[in-house]
Amino acid sequence: MMLTLARKHGGLMALAILIIFNILVTPNFLQLQTLFVNISQVATIAIVAIGITLVIATGGIDLSVGAVMALAGAIAPLIFLSEFGQSYPVIGLILAFTVPLIVAVVCGAFNGLLISQLKIQPIIATLILFISGRGIAQVLTNGNLQTFSNPYFSYIGTGKVLGLPFQGWLAIILAIIVYLMMTRTVFGRQILAVGGNETAAQLSGIPVRRVKTRVYMICAFLAGIAGLVVVAINSASDAAKNGNLMELDAIAAAVVGGTLLQGGKAPIFGAILGAVIIQLVKYTLLANGIEDEVALIAKALIIVLAVYIQNPHKG
Amino acid sequence: MHPLIQMNRITKSFSGVIALNEAALEITPGEVHALIGQNGAGKSTLIKILTGVYTKDGGDVTIDNQQLTITGPRDAQKHGIATIYQELNLVPLRTVTENIVLGYEPRGFGGLIDWKAAHKKSREILNSFGLNIDVTQALGSYSTAIQQLVAIARAVSLNAKLVIMDEPTSSLDDKEVDMLFGVVRSLKATGVSVLYVSHFLDELFAICDRVTIMRDGQTVDVKTIAESTKLELIASMLGRDAAEIEAAGSTELGGGENTLGEVLFEAENLSTSQHLHASSLSVRRGEIVGLGGLLGSGRTETGRAIFGMDRLKHGNMTFKGAAFNPTKARDSINLGIGFLTEDRKIEGIIPDMSVRENLTLAILPSLTVNGQIDRKKEKEIVQYYVDALGIKIAHMDQPIKELSGGNQQKVLLARWLAIKPDFLILDEPTRGVDVGAKFEIQAIIREYVDSGGGLLLISSEFDELVEGADRIVVMQDGKSVTELKNPGITEQTLVKAIAHSHDTPQTAPEAA
Repeated sequence: MMLTLARKHGGLMALAILIIFNILVTPNFLQLQTLFVNISQVATIAIVAIGITLVIATGGIDLSVGAVMALAGAIAPLIFLSEFGQSYPVIGLILAFTVPLIVAVVCGAFNGLLISQLKIQPIIATLILFISGRGIAQVLTNGNLQTFSNPYFSYIGTGKVLGLPFQGWLAIILAIIVYLMMTRTVFGRQILAVGGNETAAQLSGIPVRRVKTRVYMICAFLAGIAGLVVVAINSASDAAKNGNLMELDAIAAAVVGGTLLQGGKAPIFGAILGAVIIQLVKYTLLANGIEDEVALIAKALIIVLAVYIQNPHKG
Repeated sequence: MHPLIQMNRITKSFSGVIALNEAALEITPGEVHALIGQNGAGKSTLIKILTGVYTKDGGDVTIDNQQLTITGPRDAQKHGIATIYQELNLVPLRTVTENIVLGYEPRGFGGLIDWKAAHKKSREILNSFGLNIDVTQALGSYSTAIQQLVAIARAVSLNAKLVIMDEPTSSLDDKEVDMLFGVVRSLKATGVSVLYVSHFLDELFAICDRVTIMRDGQTVDVKTIAESTKLELIASMLGRDAAEIEAAGSTELGGGENTLGEVLFEAENLSTSQHLHASSLSVRRGEIVGLGGLLGSGRTETGRAIFGMDRLKHGNMTFKGAAFNPTKARDSINLGIGFLTEDRKIEGIIPDMSVRENLTLAILPSLTVNGQIDRKKEKEIVQYYVDALGIKIAHMDQPIKELSGGNQQKVLLARWLAIKPDFLILDEPTRGVDVGAKFEIQAIIREYVDSGGGLLLISSEFDELVEGADRIVVMQDGKSVTELKNPGITEQTLVKAIAHSHDTPQTAPEAA
């Protein structure tokens, strides 16, 4: 009984508990500043979690999202800080958005082709970029922190729309787009079919390999956006840190949001809720002076709990 | 003799839907007891209550004169109830012995596992089944049949008093079935009871003592097998009159209009890397061509080759007079060819998706407007087939996994009828569905063929082929070896054709 309730509304219940706990315990929790900090940090987790949710829905996993964030984040300042970017600021700015995202999509295509054409296990296939992607980003920047000041670019990390951080809106808009894609379009249906029963999907004429490749491309594209947002927030790109451990946060958010690791389900808004919970837990521990390392353990416990609740138990 | 198991007035409902309504079951020691009924009659629910997978809502369970509630599969095992599932839950990579003693390993000096004793024990049990295999080999290196016997051996080693077998012969060949029957008899001889669930009524007459018949969640009849006929059992399952069924014939496939149209499909010497060497056949409009043969003779492989699932090594095909060489399912579907696969669970349904989504899976491209699914049109199509095929569902967004086997099969059939096919390949379309659904599915197939469709029917059920097919192509070792024409085919001639082909090897002796 409790379990059924927890399975249905566990996410919202956890969120409510976290908020009430913080109101009572955490100093200055009910401040606008607190809200801004949390929104700006949760947005990147949420954006990546949307992509991860799609990948998991096909029965796969993507470990490379953090590395793709670092890569996309490293390329953007390289472009608008270059001589070309300085001489043609408008074109430079446009390229600073498009080129990193194109590179991200290429990374996704690489993952997708390894998995769908060469039939490499997703966890192994995406491990390749997980390791090398960040390496490439560090080589591109000579391992240096790149600082810059470009108000236009920084807007995606520091701007406000209707009083709230831009990236929060961005995450919500992306979630709505992907939600509509999943519920209204053939592609969404195909993703769920591939994850639900790949053989049956193939026999019903669904282009399984193409669907999988595209899902990894979308996931990497979203990771690329998140990478740009992180760089914009800090007005600095640190290839060693950008997106570090993001794959774990995003997978955790997806799982807490109700995504089944065996595929076939893609609760997009659940993933957003999961991201908010993960972020709030991090914030709660941090704001109460508990060390980062302990926060990691707390995250792990949340994942265990979420998986436990998800697992079918007999009634 | 007091009964071993007694289940009385068992009730169970799932979210308001009644699955069992005063069901009963009684098994005496050393009895082989059959449990039959249509899909959805409540057999599996009753078994799952007995094995503690489900909790009953009402009624009582008595084991060995002791009224109790079984709390879970472990508890059931403790009370001497063992279940041999269709999907075996053993560890294929470990040895036969390990699988038999897993969790109950005999201990020797210092608490270490005494493998010598374990192997000996395993060998003894298997020998008592008349099975002499190397118990130190990995279980996975043996056939499904032997794996099943190992599962039974495990049950025996745990001192089971009741062994439940759920469709144990569904993936066995005739010889293996005989082996299984031998084991069932030796269990019986040692006083172990067997609860035997099967769709194959012939098997009941071969090894069962009594039969419990269920319908709509109720126990409707308990009979002694020796005193009943197959027809009586079918009638009781369906809740119909035996005489009425006899008059109607044993399948719904026969009695077609038999107006054959032009040649629709032709295949010549198809060969693939999947044990298909030279398969040739042709199908006309309005014709049912049967594919007969033993397991592994290349029937399913022929279907897969035609549909473009396996790449052709040799051979060619024409469809509607044009050369036809599909490389993927979509190629065939676009031309109006459908393929209902043999294994509903593995290759057919997408369990977590709804009936609606499962039904429209193959026609998605035609439901698409600007990349979006036309939901109104989708619902209309689904409603049409739900009505036309008499698919029993609560609503079209119900997950397909909640339906009975027969209704799942109808949804899959509808998936293919929805593409408006000119040519359908049906692989075991009535396997694992109950008698009522079987008739209905056969009637749907007949209607499709009468409206001018061509049909390739793969079936292990001889009566289905003999009564339904206009012609039967007999396969053997990946080759089509002979062809029979109706009228005139009897089960005898078909069996003979299959057997005869085996006597005359197609390849010349090596010495020649």
